[in-house]
Amino acid sequence: MSNIADLPLDVLQDAHPCVGEFFSTLGLDAADSRLALGEWLAQLADEDILDVGMERDQMLAHIQRLINEVADMNQTADGVVRSLTLIGGRDKAGTPETARLVVRAGEVVCIVGPTGSGKSRLLADIECLAQGDTPTGRRILIDGQPPDPERRYALDRKLVAQLSQNMNFVVDLTVREFIAMHARCRLVADPDAVTDQVIACANELTGEKFAPEVSVTQLSGGQTRALMIADVALLSAAPIVLIDEIENAGVDRRRALELLVTGSKIVFISTHDPLLALRGAQRIVIRNGGIADILATSAQERRNLNRLESLDALLLEIRERLRRGLRIEEELQWSL
Amino acid sequence: MQLITVAGSPSVGKTSVILRACEWLQREGLRVGVAKFDALSTSDDQLYAQKGVPVTVGLAGALCPDHYFVSNVEDCQAWGQRQGFDVLFTESAGLCNRCSPHVAGVFAICVVDALAGVHTPKKIGPMLRLADLVVITKGDIVSQVEREVFAYHVRLANPGARALFCNGITGQGVSDLVAQLRQAPATTALEGHRLRFPMPAAVCPYCVGETAIGVTHQRGNVKKMHFVDQEQGS
Repeated sequence: MSNIADLPLDVLQDAHPCVGEFFSTLGLDAADSRLALGEWLAQLADEDILDVGMERDQMLAHIQRLINEVADMNQTADGVVRSLTLIGGRDKAGTPETARLVVRAGEVVCIVGPTGSGKSRLLADIECLAQGDTPTGRRILIDGQPPDPERRYALDRKLVAQLSQNMNFVVDLTVREFIAMHARCRLVADPDAVTDQVIACANELTGEKFAPEVSVTQLSGGQTRALMIADVALLSAAPIVLIDEIENAGVDRRRALELLVTGSKIVFISTHDPLLALRGAQRIVIRNGGIADILATSAQERRNLNRLESLDALLLEIRERLRRGLRIEEELQWSL
Repeated sequence: MQLITVAGSPSVGKTSVILRACEWLQREGLRVGVAKFDALSTSDDQLYAQKGVPVTVGLAGALCPDHYFVSNVEDCQAWGQRQGFDVLFTESAGLCNRCSPHVAGVFAICVVDALAGVHTPKKIGPMLRLADLVVITKGDIVSQVEREVFAYHVRLANPGARALFCNGITGQGVSDLVAQLRQAPATTALEGHRLRFPMPAAVCPYCVGETAIGVTHQRGNVKKMHFVDQEQGS
């Protein structure tokens, strides 16, 4: 790359919009200067330099790194992960875990166990792609290998996305603005189209529809969950998704899981919900901070899942009638 | 001894992050200490003491905390050497976003808080832009979308620097943080080291006790606002 100090500012900012944004965050007006960057920096008053908080050579180095970073973001393909291997460590008492579990793209694994037993600890181990360096001593392999440290620490192209239970929206934006902001950061080709797609998809997952113009802070718990699942399925780079319980409230859990796995994601869900726990191909049983067992969902359990789902559909229907102000006075005759 | 300077706005979770890192390093058998800088008062020294982490406290009082920090950091370094620490953290609060506590050649961490909003990384000056490592806290209480957008803005604000999420309550992310700390250079003495950038200037009458308002009292390093309606026609 030629020395950026010699490039005229207008040319530089045209080629790299991030440079113009950088100047504006510093409060410097470099809008239509034709000076070379180096000359322009040299003619800034020392007082301006003190105000912006960077020396001239620091700014020059920063701009070079910024250009490289943005180029790097554009070039790096999103991570594809074919399999994740979980190798057991030890439980709270130090007893070794014998588990070794391989999960392939498009599979859902549930994590069950009493509150406080260590489900979140397991999610945390997966989130940081533990290499025997967390208190549990567990190890995570990606495609059968220890993850490349660069990938492990890559901040905005993390391999793992986590939908936590106690999340809030801090920004006050409409749903459309919010998802579009994410789409722009993800540098997608057509942010508006992807935004519409995410919102439409979220509306399919929730019983309570919402408009793109509503503020994210006004969404209900179910709507919020639906929006975040649609976003992580369609817009997030992460091939591995961790979900800390999907509340019953108004999210079509079956479709949500189908949506995630059709995008070839690897999904881990910590849950107490029978409809979710039995939907995974396998479930990890956590006890006393350790992996006590790994159960494959049996054929009988699958049949039971079908019955539970029809029961759930009936409950949903009653809920809908209550919502519309109707009475539930007929003799309910549900048989399993 | 490795000296690690940790800076960040008040209440972002610096103490929690350092505590989690200290626990980790102590488990590995390292001797760890903390020099805690604060403005008016602090009780965080008790938190460190509870964890068996030796701590020394400095309160800036009426002085700019940044200036107070740089005037004392060398003495803290000497204290750490006398105590025989393997790692000494200095913890200082950046009360204005123009703070600039980082020293060239000394591993510098800036702690930022995901709750502060996605545009915050753009608004923080040398404290973030010139840090070696950016630690983002409270990521678990914002949405996955905001986490990703926040991370993107951190990357643009300090391109090339390492950045990671760390939960000061549960310790999630601390293993990554400790892995980064291992790269920190050893600092044997601070004399002759330089700040990465000058600290905010503060030499005006109000710095030395002036309380009266009005132009006649404002001499020295005084900067005035511009008003659009008064600029027109002039």
